[in-house]
Amino acid sequence: MASSNSDFSPSQPVVGPAASFVANLPKRYALDRLFLVAAWVAMLIAMAVLGWLLLDVLDQGLGRLNWQFLTSFPSRRASNAGIIGALAGTFWVMIIVAVVSFPVGVGAGLYLEEFSSDNWFTRFIEINISNLAGVPSIIYGLLGLAAFVRLMEPITGGRSVLAGALTLALLVLPIIIVATREALRAVPDSIRMAGLAMGGTRWQVVAAHVMPAAISGILTGVILALSRAIGETAPLITIGALTFVPFTPGCTEEFPYFNPLDLLRCPAEVLQSPFTVMPIQIFNWISRPQPAFHENAAAAIIVLMVMLVMMNSLAIWLRNRFQRRRE
Amino acid sequence: MTAEFSTPTQKPALWQPNRRRSRQIEWLVRVVCFLFAAISILTTLGIVLTLIFETIDLFLDPFFRQALWIERLPDLLPNASEAQIQALSDQIQDIDPKQLIDQAETIGLEPPSRIAGFFYALKRFFTDTRWTPLFKTADFGIFVLISATLLTSTIAMLVAIPLGLLTAVFLSEYAAPSVRQVLKPVLELIAGVPSVVFGYFALLTVTPFLQGFIPPLQGFNALSAGMVLGISITPLVASLSEDAINAVPQDLRQGAFAMGATKRETIQAVVIPAALSGIVASIILAISRAVGETMIVSLAAGQNPQPIDGSLGFINPFIPVMTMTAFIVQVSLGDAPFGSLAYKTIFAVGMSLFVMTLTLNILSYWFVRRFREKYE
Repeated sequence: MASSNSDFSPSQPVVGPAASFVANLPKRYALDRLFLVAAWVAMLIAMAVLGWLLLDVLDQGLGRLNWQFLTSFPSRRASNAGIIGALAGTFWVMIIVAVVSFPVGVGAGLYLEEFSSDNWFTRFIEINISNLAGVPSIIYGLLGLAAFVRLMEPITGGRSVLAGALTLALLVLPIIIVATREALRAVPDSIRMAGLAMGGTRWQVVAAHVMPAAISGILTGVILALSRAIGETAPLITIGALTFVPFTPGCTEEFPYFNPLDLLRCPAEVLQSPFTVMPIQIFNWISRPQPAFHENAAAAIIVLMVMLVMMNSLAIWLRNRFQRRRE
Repeated sequence: MTAEFSTPTQKPALWQPNRRRSRQIEWLVRVVCFLFAAISILTTLGIVLTLIFETIDLFLDPFFRQALWIERLPDLLPNASEAQIQALSDQIQDIDPKQLIDQAETIGLEPPSRIAGFFYALKRFFTDTRWTPLFKTADFGIFVLISATLLTSTIAMLVAIPLGLLTAVFLSEYAAPSVRQVLKPVLELIAGVPSVVFGYFALLTVTPFLQGFIPPLQGFNALSAGMVLGISITPLVASLSEDAINAVPQDLRQGAFAMGATKRETIQAVVIPAALSGIVASIILAISRAVGETMIVSLAAGQNPQPIDGSLGFINPFIPVMTMTAFIVQVSLGDAPFGSLAYKTIFAVGMSLFVMTLTLNILSYWFVRRFREKYE
């Protein structure tokens, strides 16, 4: 009885839940401003770090970036070294990753979205794919080492372009599958209904009507997946890509050492060749003690980042086209 | 009446589609697409089987039987003098583990069984306090590597949680659309930077910078690796948390405003609690990403496993440590031959890493399901 009275007695200081009813507005607004400032600061820190990184890389690397650097093989002398081997390796690996992961990823997306009924098996595949997306990339490297380098050695030729590309293709499959499914889901059902009503089979409807509507969304996803693959280092180190490669895959001996036709002329010399890629070359140069190699690393980072920006711009352009058409 | 359509000049194929062939193509496409979808299951199966088999293979390695044998000598020969035991253990130590069984006769004692060796290896893996698998007297304390991974991940989360959450709140609650249009691509850009580039930044830019403030900081250290790792996963926390915050219905905010709450009070007392399941899930996913991150930590955090002992080197952020992923990279660069102890060890480390990240991913998934606030 006494305690319930004291709760409402004005002489007592207000405590507990009642405290929040005190309209101490100046203090509360001050806290609000503080919070907003903190949010701004967090945002600015993230941006400032990115700016710092980019400026530092440009500062270190621009001086080293010249034609000789782009067209030379690696060397023990930092000033003679170049990235042509890594560039050719990256091109080849990316081509094969695209050739393998595009049909497989899109096919899997089509199956899940267009051809399957909602049963336990489909759900199992879905859960499985979202789990695969969370597996660290270095684990894919271990899989590649055991499966592609060792088990399939007669086909891949060991630590080769093909083994590396297959490993990366598995790594980016979940990205492509998810993107494909989202693009397919964005296609209105009325288009499917209309096609089916005209007597088309599901595949005819998908191939003639759904895919053309979804293709730019799918391609956006594929490019984003490739831009993830192009920067991946860990899985390729694990499968044993070389760090010093004074040659390029394929049978083109003269500049620019890279000819897509090699894939038809001498597929084994391309696919089974040892290789290096840009991120591994960068890793190798960073881990050397001499500062001159660090400048090489910065210059190679600039090249890699330019490639990434170009790929992302293409993806954004495709996405915008896609969005405009839907409106 | 229909004669007009059946004349040969009118392309009858157009009106009489080959339904049989259409069905065959349809079936073929379905089967091929199904096989492609099944590749994802094969991938998971491949990962799990590879890791399990190679890990078991490591634990069955004769190296462990040999080590157990030496350890058991005093029990096997209770009457032998210390010098005798020492001589015998030296003799066993000199045997190449691969020929342990063939050479056992020269010792005149029965070596421990494969099963005993397996459990001994398991015990060593979880209780050793050092990690020196490439030395002659090898130790296999996985917690040495796990502690380093946890150290860098903790530092990373100390950076990523406040930055990511505040960024998410800022983007969803405060930023004008024009500001958002600038900031979102910046975040996507950070997310798209390859980790080897962040590794360069951590080792060659951030560490020298921090050494200006913290003199005891060594050239390789967990601190700058963890901080840069935190920056690299900030976009993940930010974008997933922002999605969760955006899913909170506007009514709740307006209700809070109507009660006289300020914007910050609304965010702290209404919006964030309502979005908590999504926010926590995003943080758990980010931890999983930090644990599995490779290039930043192997470039900037060093290659020195710190023993778990009283010197507390394993929680010192200023000295070089070795994370699980850094060990895998170190061995891979050294070109370990197939079937060697080092080769099997990276799979055992990979297994530990896989179990950790899988647990975190499942936890995150479960958290969203279990604690999601549903709004109609």
